[in-house]
Amino acid sequence: MTPAVRRVGESALLVEVAGPAEVAAFYGWLRERQEAGALGAVEEIVPAASTVLLDGVADVDALAALLRTARPAAADAASGPLVEVPTVYDGADLAEVAALWGVSEEAAVRIHTAPEYVVAFCGFAPGFGYLTGLPPQYEVPRRATPRSAVPAGSVALAGPYTGVYPRSSPGGWQLLGRTTLTLWDTAREPAALLAPGVRVRFTAVRGHGS
Amino acid sequence: MSELLVVRPGPLTTVQDLGRRGVAHLGVPRAGALDEPALRAGNRLVGNEPGAAALETTLGGVALRAIRRVVVAVTGAPAPVRVDGRAAAFGAPVAVRAGAVVEVGATTTGVRSYLAVAGGIAVAPVLGSRSADLLSGLGPAPIAAGDRLPVGPPPPYRPRPDLVPLLAPPAELVLRLRLGPRADWFVPEAVARLARDRYRVAPASNRIALRTEGPAVARAREGELPSEGMVLGAVQIPPDGQPVVFLADHPTTGGYPVIGVVPPTDLAAAAQARPGMPVRFVVLRGR
Repeated sequence: MTPAVRRVGESALLVEVAGPAEVAAFYGWLRERQEAGALGAVEEIVPAASTVLLDGVADVDALAALLRTARPAAADAASGPLVEVPTVYDGADLAEVAALWGVSEEAAVRIHTAPEYVVAFCGFAPGFGYLTGLPPQYEVPRRATPRSAVPAGSVALAGPYTGVYPRSSPGGWQLLGRTTLTLWDTAREPAALLAPGVRVRFTAVRGHGS
Repeated sequence: MSELLVVRPGPLTTVQDLGRRGVAHLGVPRAGALDEPALRAGNRLVGNEPGAAALETTLGGVALRAIRRVVVAVTGAPAPVRVDGRAAAFGAPVAVRAGAVVEVGATTTGVRSYLAVAGGIAVAPVLGSRSADLLSGLGPAPIAAGDRLPVGPPPPYRPRPDLVPLLAPPAELVLRLRLGPRADWFVPEAVARLARDRYRVAPASNRIALRTEGPAVARAREGELPSEGMVLGAVQIPPDGQPVVFLADHPTTGGYPVIGVVPPTDLAAAAQARPGMPVRFVVLRGR
């Protein structure tokens, strides 16, 4: 498939692809080329739901020509590091999600811990990753009424995505559980534990107290 | 290390440099001075590197006591400058002796003044920048009374007593607009009208976006756009049809279609446009 490439202002390009899997492949391919010094000067590479934005581009015409002939393979997406997220599955919405799936809570936990996820993109807040990998039949809607405060470390679902809240913030995602991992630390490189391209596995662990 | 003590923080005063680059994919806005030429001019006047951190005020100025002797320069939106109550120069280096209070008054025109200090505001950088990012709360919080702001060692060369060219305040804000990437989400007539109609700067404008109000821009297609990466100067059209121009603290991704992008060179004027100022969009033709 030839990606559509759109101009964005004077120094940015937007690459449109089919969906999250193609975004992951394209993003992986771009980062590899960038690290190899074969992309030209680009300040930002921002993956999203079905696009990748390249901003701060020194030579937009040359890069547009390169992008139109790019043929990233699915393998480009699977090259990120693997992060394990130990999760206590005691979230406020676990019973509701299990009911939506028509299974027991124990089975819901097995369903959520089965896939290997990939961080498709970040947004909403620094270090908030949108993880793909849950089979499409398990998509759930956002809550009708968002919570005013979702605790930091909450593992949550909305639409096709799984996410982990890096800090306490308002949110409308369905809460499955929680992790004690530090998702966001500006002293760390990269600051986001779940940066785009990172592969993720959730494992069920027992809670301490609470 | 020298210090400045915040006597009066003003309505909103933040530390700003040229912002964060290379971390948008982690969800981190760029931040940085909204009127970048004014920041650069202030730093030049005090002998700093162009991107040293300075204070960005909002309408109401700021007052600081110098713990040790410092050299400052105020640029951006014109405002009275006083040292211990005596008038001092705007747009030129001003020496402030130890113990004296330097005060920037309310802006006479425009919105944001910049107080640069020789050596720069030396708060700890976060992800390569000292800028406050008001969307995600990264970097130093807006300054408060009693804060002590560290100042770096004076630059190795003498400040040049330069004069900064001051532009006369415009009667309207003219924003050029390069169409795309989602101009095709709007009827062609809507694009033509956007160039013809007059908008005003809305009071809800802030460091995240310049909000405008006027005739609603009509969509050609309904439905949701999947979230996509956003650039500085992107003009989003939310469902109410009122154009929103993204400024430095803009979110890294967004779900409303972008009809066009304002070039960065036009955004310094947007940073100084007060609510109610007329806005005109000039659509750039060609590629």
